[in-house]
Amino acid sequence: MDLGYVSIQLFNGLVNGAFYALLSLGLAIIFGVLRVVNFAHGAVYMLGAFAAYLLLQQFDIGFWPALVLAPIGVALLGVVVERLLLRRLYGLDPLYNFLLTFGLALFLQDAMRLRFGIQGQPYPTPDELSASVSLGPVSYPVYRLFVIAFSLLICVATWYLIERTRLGMVVRAATERAELTRALGIDVDRWVTAVFAIGIGLAALAGVLAAPMRNVAPLMGSELIILTFAVVVIGGLGSIVGAVTAGFLIGVLASLGAVFNPAFENVIVFALMAVVLLVRPAGLFGSREAA
Amino acid sequence: MKRVLALAMIAAVVTAACGAAAPTGGASASPAQVTLNDGKLVIGVINDQSLVYADLSGKNAVEAVKMAVEDFKAKYGENALGGPIEVITADHQNKPDLASSKAQEFYERNNADIILDVPTSSAALAIAKVANDEKKLYINITAATTDLTGVSCNKYTFHYAYDTYMLAAGTGKWVTENLGKQWYIIYPNYAFGQDMEKSFRGAVTKFGGTVVQSDGSPFPNTSGDFSNLLVKAGQLKPQILGVMQAGGDLVNVVKQYNQFKLGDQGIKLAIGLLFDTDITAIGQDQMAGVVYTTPWVWSMDDQSKAFADKFLKRTGIRPTFAHAGNYSAAWQYMEAIRRAGTDDADAVVKQLEGYKFNDFFIRNGNIRAEDHWVMHDALLAQVKPASEAKEKFDYSKVLGTIPAETASRPLADAGCKK
Repeated sequence: MDLGYVSIQLFNGLVNGAFYALLSLGLAIIFGVLRVVNFAHGAVYMLGAFAAYLLLQQFDIGFWPALVLAPIGVALLGVVVERLLLRRLYGLDPLYNFLLTFGLALFLQDAMRLRFGIQGQPYPTPDELSASVSLGPVSYPVYRLFVIAFSLLICVATWYLIERTRLGMVVRAATERAELTRALGIDVDRWVTAVFAIGIGLAALAGVLAAPMRNVAPLMGSELIILTFAVVVIGGLGSIVGAVTAGFLIGVLASLGAVFNPAFENVIVFALMAVVLLVRPAGLFGSREAA
Repeated sequence: MKRVLALAMIAAVVTAACGAAAPTGGASASPAQVTLNDGKLVIGVINDQSLVYADLSGKNAVEAVKMAVEDFKAKYGENALGGPIEVITADHQNKPDLASSKAQEFYERNNADIILDVPTSSAALAIAKVANDEKKLYINITAATTDLTGVSCNKYTFHYAYDTYMLAAGTGKWVTENLGKQWYIIYPNYAFGQDMEKSFRGAVTKFGGTVVQSDGSPFPNTSGDFSNLLVKAGQLKPQILGVMQAGGDLVNVVKQYNQFKLGDQGIKLAIGLLFDTDITAIGQDQMAGVVYTTPWVWSMDDQSKAFADKFLKRTGIRPTFAHAGNYSAAWQYMEAIRRAGTDDADAVVKQLEGYKFNDFFIRNGNIRAEDHWVMHDALLAQVKPASEAKEKFDYSKVLGTIPAETASRPLADAGCKK
């Protein structure tokens, strides 16, 4: 086996891992605070990519502004959904959340399908990043390196936000003991909306990043989300560090698996999930309570 | 509520009576003296109406069949076949088991006389088996596997439009002779992809090329990532990267091929199966210059354009070759019924076998009796840059014709024993 090929696969793994990390990070903080498993997360990822496409197609707004505008726009939609729909279900059995978010995912996918068809829309790589650099034996697209760096930055920023700021303190307190936090006079509900919006925004951001390298189509998220749930389970539901670490770890392991046989790429993820569930049911970084 | 029910009953009885009365009235009016077995003709269209192949065939393929029925009546009269002609449809979601049970339901419960379309090779093979068991017709249009006219052939199954052999005979030959002889082939690892790999390997070798290596990609590919195969291609440095993926997978491969700039390293792209809908998703300029094989291009001549205009008015899009193929197959089937004077499956099969014909979709058509492959000319087409396009869907120009003989797998290789 060629060492150069293996090392390049490491980078490919990090790129895939970047998407898993961003998506599972959003899922993790939403679950942490709202105790909602957001089954519409894949559809939100798709909306992010379509938002970038529409900004370019309708308003001639390119990749860089879209990287900011699309997540904000989609996150605002998340605020509306949280206020109008999700909020009414907090006291009920988690099954209702599942039904709502799953239904939303189907609704969003079919709405986009009716409007744009199933097959996908074009989105170019931004000119500034369209070059490639020499990484040992092969040249590697700059855009992919950007995806790795940018998503790492976002993950660190999110971690800082949660662990080191006042917002994060409230969020963590609300996660641990919601009632006690309320009793201290903190308006938990307001922060709940904000956290949901951030989680949604992260998924939309992943969608924008995916647009230049993936087929921008209504079902693009429904395929990826299955893997993301596996990542979240491996990392531990509700654990921020777990989500990000597991995201990158799975990306790299799956890509290295593909060196031996392309089919291993998907198999490895689920094999690992089965092992983790057997050995550490709460996930690698999860607390027993969350499981 | 009771009144509504009663009204519905009356309506049903009246409709049934009219339907039953029609054949006797129609038989005398129709010069062809057609008698339909159960008083009406039922054409079933089974395809993917919600997933990856929904755009390239899907609901609009059903529209194409309905158009064929309307045009047929306009030409031969309302009673052209001596009875009403119904078009029914179902979504098989690309699942062979669902396709098989829908087909059974159509043939048995809905009295379908024929099933058309059926993308996804594994689903098509499942329906071919049902057709044979039920002794009813099935004309495949959108599935590509050569097994339908090979090891899995049967008396009641026909293969229209295209197959993997045709694609390889056109693209495999042209690319090997003009672009490069060393191929690295990547294919989706299921019935369609494996058949494509086999056909292209055969064609490349036949025309003096070599397949350095070939690799299957998982299907479905949930991560949407093909970088491991593209990096491998960058290291193998073949002259040609033969991409056999279809639909969304193809779009992902080409987008990532462009990002890895394999073209700049002298690794040229050859695409096994390309639909207009794929070009939309990747972008016309990103695809410009790519040479591919197709049975039909909507802008190829006046006859085809006329159909495409009518189709555009009805559906809002230009037809893919799958849409046109469904229209043409439905039309030729109804013509065969007219010649046979009945919709009895065995009689229609007899009319179809060995039949030579031309229409806007099929040129130099000949339905081979031995294996039921519909021989016809294929086209070598090239995607042109957006600057040369006359309208939004004007994607390709025709480079040349691949004669029916060359585009069809030799009978000796088919291995069909019906």
